[in-house]
Amino acid sequence: MFSNMIKSSALALFAVAISVPVAAKDNVALSGTVQVERTITDNGETKKVLIAPEGVVPGDRLLFTTSYENAGAETVENFVVTNPLPAAIRLANADASFDVSVDGGKTFGELAALQINDPETGQRAAETQDVTHIRWTLESLQPGVKGKLNYYGIVR
Amino acid sequence: MKHMGLKLAASHLALATLLVASPAMADGVPAGTLIENTATAEFSDADGTPQTVDSNTVTVQVDELLDVTAAWQDGSAVTIGNSSAVLTFEITNTGNGPEAFNLTADPAVTGNDFDVTIDGIAYDTNDNGIYDDGVDIILGAGAATPSLDADAALTVFVLVTSPAGVADGETSAVNLLAEAVTGTGAPGTSFAGQGVDGSNAVVGASGADADADGSLIARLAALTLTKSASVLDPFGGSEAVPNAVVTFTIVASVGGSGSITDLTVSDAIPTGTTYQAATLKLDGASLTDAADADAGEADSSSIAVDVGSAAAGSSYTITFDVSID
Repeated sequence: MFSNMIKSSALALFAVAISVPVAAKDNVALSGTVQVERTITDNGETKKVLIAPEGVVPGDRLLFTTSYENAGAETVENFVVTNPLPAAIRLANADASFDVSVDGGKTFGELAALQINDPETGQRAAETQDVTHIRWTLESLQPGVKGKLNYYGIVR
Repeated sequence: MKHMGLKLAASHLALATLLVASPAMADGVPAGTLIENTATAEFSDADGTPQTVDSNTVTVQVDELLDVTAAWQDGSAVTIGNSSAVLTFEITNTGNGPEAFNLTADPAVTGNDFDVTIDGIAYDTNDNGIYDDGVDIILGAGAATPSLDADAALTVFVLVTSPAGVADGETSAVNLLAEAVTGTGAPGTSFAGQGVDGSNAVVGASGADADADGSLIARLAALTLTKSASVLDPFGGSEAVPNAVVTFTIVASVGGSGSITDLTVSDAIPTGTTYQAATLKLDGASLTDAADADAGEADSSSIAVDVGSAAAGSSYTITFDVSID
């Protein structure tokens, strides 16, 4: 996770050095990490921990985190982060912090408000396994603001 | 580039499946699959110009999950007589990658009235669910099944022979154990690099092994012979005196269950007596003394009646006369 961050920030620096007009784009960075939830037994007590996965198996619960930072001097507006779910991952649970899409990213909304039109079985309420994209919407990012966006997914 | 194109096509396909297929995805993600996650930010800069920034892509590989189920398929106890029987099982690879399984049949199951001999373990090569001698392949000692794809099932036959001394109605069970060739152990045990595409192989909830008991019940017919004699002396009495006629009656009863084959009842003519020609009868019907088409034959030294197949519950009465010399 740490090495990922270093790598992506080094990249960002490089970009700044070569581009002549410093655009806001070069000052906004996104960095992704993934952790897997494992149950460990410590002194007879079982507890769940998040570790960097070496590999995962169907049923594993993964935490995907996207860190963002506005490293520039200007505020950016209408900051929207979209995360297509990997095909092998289903969303573990809906969360008020993000909207979801069940139609490949065409439309977004709260999961509870979405419907699936199945040609065989008709219309039904959308479920977490139908989610194809997740979207976080932040009004604006002040200079120096940073934060994390995350979701839990389960390996199908 | 080619690689990327492939990936793109694959994700399109997955998307299409998601949109049209029923919600439940029955199968686990195949071993070796790369899970790649990228987030994209869109925003407006100070000039109001739309901008896009991608995150790095995080990648996790799906390990090979080792899981298996075993189920006995016969439904009710398989009958076994004095010879052989076949028990049918099904092994299913419930993991997410191709795996072969080692099979072990154990005839000594607690509670058995008798233990059979295992003659071999075979698998169904023509998918008809029935053991076909000479068609279905018998696994050599220590040989594993062919590799089974994820969610594939294999019908397995355990060939057994009953031991001597089994009584009708006794029961026995044979345990079939299937173990992943890569390895077994506590769930979560990992075999580094032994999965698909260099992924690890990880023992699933089953422990990467599964077993099932198949039941046998002995169906054995038992033959009982009862011989009696009645004497008619020349004076109308029942004294065993010279020239008295002795009628021997032999009742052959088949008990137990099942049937017996090639039943022949024979008896020697007692010393000091002479067989009375044309007196041999089966269930009251006369039989010729000659060795011919009918079931009986008789001469001065013995009689024999070839009953043939006899089902449990049937009985046969054979009579013949001798005179006391």
